[in-house]
Amino acid sequence: MSNTPLTPGITAGRLPEESYAAQFSDLHPVLDDHEALVAADRCYFCHDAPCMTACPTSIDVPLFIRQIMTGTPEAAAKTIFDQNILGGMCARVCPTETLCEEVCVREIAEGKPVEIGRLQRYATDALMAKGVHPYTRAEATGKKVAVVGAGPAGLAAAHRLALKGHDVVMFDARPKSGGLNEYGIASYKAPDGYAQKEVDWLMQIGGITVETGKKLGDGLTLEGLKADYDAVFLAIGLAGVNALRAEGEDAEGVLDAVDFISELRQAADLSKLPVGRNVVVIGGGMTAVDAAVQAKLLGAQNVSMVYRRGRASMSASEYEQELAASKGVQIFYNAAPVAVYGDGAVEEIEFEYTSEEGGSLKGTGETFRLPADQVFKAIGQTLDGAPEGIEITGGKIAVDAVGRTSIAGVWAGGDCASGGEDLTVTAVSEGRDAAEDIHAKLMEG
Amino acid sequence: MADLTSTFCGITSPNPFWLASAPPTDKEYNVRRAFEAGWGGVVWKTLGEEGPPVVNVNGPRYGAIHGADRRLLGLNNIELITDRPLEVNLEEMTRVKKDYPDRALIASVMVPCDADSWKNIIPRIAETGCDGFELNFGCPHGMAERGMGSAVGQVPEYIEMVTRWCKESTDLPVIVKLTPNITNILYPAEAALRGGADAVSLINTINSITSVNLDAFSPEPMIDGKGTHGGYCGPAVKPIAMNMVAEIARNPATAKLPISGIGGVTTWRDAAEFMALGAGNVQVCTAAMTYGFKIVEEMISGLSQYLDEKEMALSDLVGKATPNVTDWQYLNLNHVTKAVINQDDCINCGRCYAACEDTSHQAIEMSPDRTFTVKDDECVACNLCVNVCPIEGCITMKTLGKGEVDERTGKPVGDYANWTTHPNNVAAVSAE
Repeated sequence: MSNTPLTPGITAGRLPEESYAAQFSDLHPVLDDHEALVAADRCYFCHDAPCMTACPTSIDVPLFIRQIMTGTPEAAAKTIFDQNILGGMCARVCPTETLCEEVCVREIAEGKPVEIGRLQRYATDALMAKGVHPYTRAEATGKKVAVVGAGPAGLAAAHRLALKGHDVVMFDARPKSGGLNEYGIASYKAPDGYAQKEVDWLMQIGGITVETGKKLGDGLTLEGLKADYDAVFLAIGLAGVNALRAEGEDAEGVLDAVDFISELRQAADLSKLPVGRNVVVIGGGMTAVDAAVQAKLLGAQNVSMVYRRGRASMSASEYEQELAASKGVQIFYNAAPVAVYGDGAVEEIEFEYTSEEGGSLKGTGETFRLPADQVFKAIGQTLDGAPEGIEITGGKIAVDAVGRTSIAGVWAGGDCASGGEDLTVTAVSEGRDAAEDIHAKLMEG
Repeated sequence: MADLTSTFCGITSPNPFWLASAPPTDKEYNVRRAFEAGWGGVVWKTLGEEGPPVVNVNGPRYGAIHGADRRLLGLNNIELITDRPLEVNLEEMTRVKKDYPDRALIASVMVPCDADSWKNIIPRIAETGCDGFELNFGCPHGMAERGMGSAVGQVPEYIEMVTRWCKESTDLPVIVKLTPNITNILYPAEAALRGGADAVSLINTINSITSVNLDAFSPEPMIDGKGTHGGYCGPAVKPIAMNMVAEIARNPATAKLPISGIGGVTTWRDAAEFMALGAGNVQVCTAAMTYGFKIVEEMISGLSQYLDEKEMALSDLVGKATPNVTDWQYLNLNHVTKAVINQDDCINCGRCYAACEDTSHQAIEMSPDRTFTVKDDECVACNLCVNVCPIEGCITMKTLGKGEVDERTGKPVGDYANWTTHPNNVAAVSAE
């Protein structure tokens, strides 16, 4: 009965049972000790290092690499965690090729940067493997802070607040903490339950209570939180998904990429997870790549990724695009969806080629169709469930440099807040900085 | 291909690359393979007295200093002289020399410091057909505790005395191997010359502790929780060895004494540098112990290519740099240079800035966009920026021409003048 990539329709078990583990294994296994020493030796220990400036959390990269080189990866990890408590996940998911490694002087000199991301993982893994949590809470302040959303921004804020001696209650709509780390990224970037391990490690700080299954508008109100807590930090992410605005997009088999990724991440047995023979992913970001690559890894015969603009505009980095291509994903540029065809369920999807003129996108009139059993929409997420009356700018909660919203006593950070890219590392930085500001405010007296 | 045939204190070998007396030259099996690999000569592992041979430790004999990719930079050993019976060594030497008549076979010797010991053993060894002797006055560990090796090499009178005994016992060339564990290499070198030595070879290994085990709190190599100083060798010791070679080569009393250069010779370039400073040939050990005998092929091809490119004979290379080794007091104080950073090559790492700003003369400026430029009015031309720059050739030293104004001192560059005539030199002024 066994299925293959050629089995028509949407079906599970396209691959031999034993191959799933290898398909979804670690994309970049951790460096061994010797590899780490050699990689670390390439660092020039730059003065006022560009990598450190490029990091949204300003990790002291030259220092932590030197600590690795001298055989103290635990000290290196401490240097990382001081700035970025989710340094372990960021080492796995950061687009380092557009951040620290892009500006590494060796990238400029040789086109081959110091492997900062992998070294960061080496250090953070070493410390976490020891089960050590290198921080101790300050004396209790008696202050209580509510953190709404247990994703990267919420976790970073909660940890920093707990560290300062405040009591933190962290709420999340989903059954597990971690946010996109747990539900929203490709599994080969953080295999072996890393997101939960990291949360558990982070929680060792103490003073953080987690309440899941609760979100604003569903069990929580901002008024209630403001009344019960000394400060509120909103890190609710982007829960909404943009529509294709293509005819027939309600057809069966047309799904949100984030749901597919989330389902895949939570699946106990990947061989039971159905995937189409012909999968089309629409979008040009990391979510699109994560969905496309994983569809391919699940055994889909043909996976296409279609992006309405040109290669240079794609928000997935060149590295991500190459990863997709290397896994067998075909990428179409300058093509926008026009209509979804099928009798109830999607069978084909039609695109129109586009051209960019003076920044605006125009259809060329030329169209093509791709066969599709499954279409994943990955054309961006939107703010959903923001509290009434809070100032919104550019579709996000307006915040200042330290995360203060238009409502006194309420801070926000992460993808739901204005400013910065929608990256894990940016979310961590915003959560951390908002926590510092909340702390300063609460201790004013 | 340049002819690499070398004649060193009367001993001819097809090339100037000899294997030093050490484990690689321990026995017939190794030495035959070394000759097959192309080595020009071999100094057989040091022979000791007849009778029960010395014993070695049964734990680790070596310690090492590594670069990040385990490149071996320095090696330390606590091995003693040959631990095989004298007769066995002599038989093997005889066989090998007979089969490789064109290669140099030198017998390294170390026996107690009395006339009989030396005068008895030298003629016996000569019967092997060896081309000469090397007196091991260098080993700093183990044997020195028994009054041999560097214990002799540290007392010029003993060097002279033993050398004389040996010269009285043979017509073959006698090379005296010197220890670097002394204050001034000229005293032992001159003593060897007075004793009649045909040549000196240097350096033997340097007293050293390579590492300390921070769990067991013992030097390494660690033998049952204890360590002892060993002899340091390998690439790390080359600068020390080259200085000692140059000092002997430029010292009028020893200038004509042939020198076999030893100490970290790893490539043809190292060999060429030793020879330019005055070494007639070189001896290699650590490089062979690290990479095997085959490295001699690179040494032969590299040195040949270099000599061809320079249109020089091997003998022309020997001592070619010696006249340019001088005392500090004769260096031209009116040679003024300034660091120049090539902005096209610069990768903006800022190492030059950190080095200059924190530890030197605050002569490099950093702009907000990370452009690094030299402040000529502060630059003393120390060269530290050149040395710490990761890009070869990015920072260079520009020499100011005569008459150009040095912005740091405000003075124009003058003719050659050195410390001996400098106004700040009290000795110079009083001499006028």
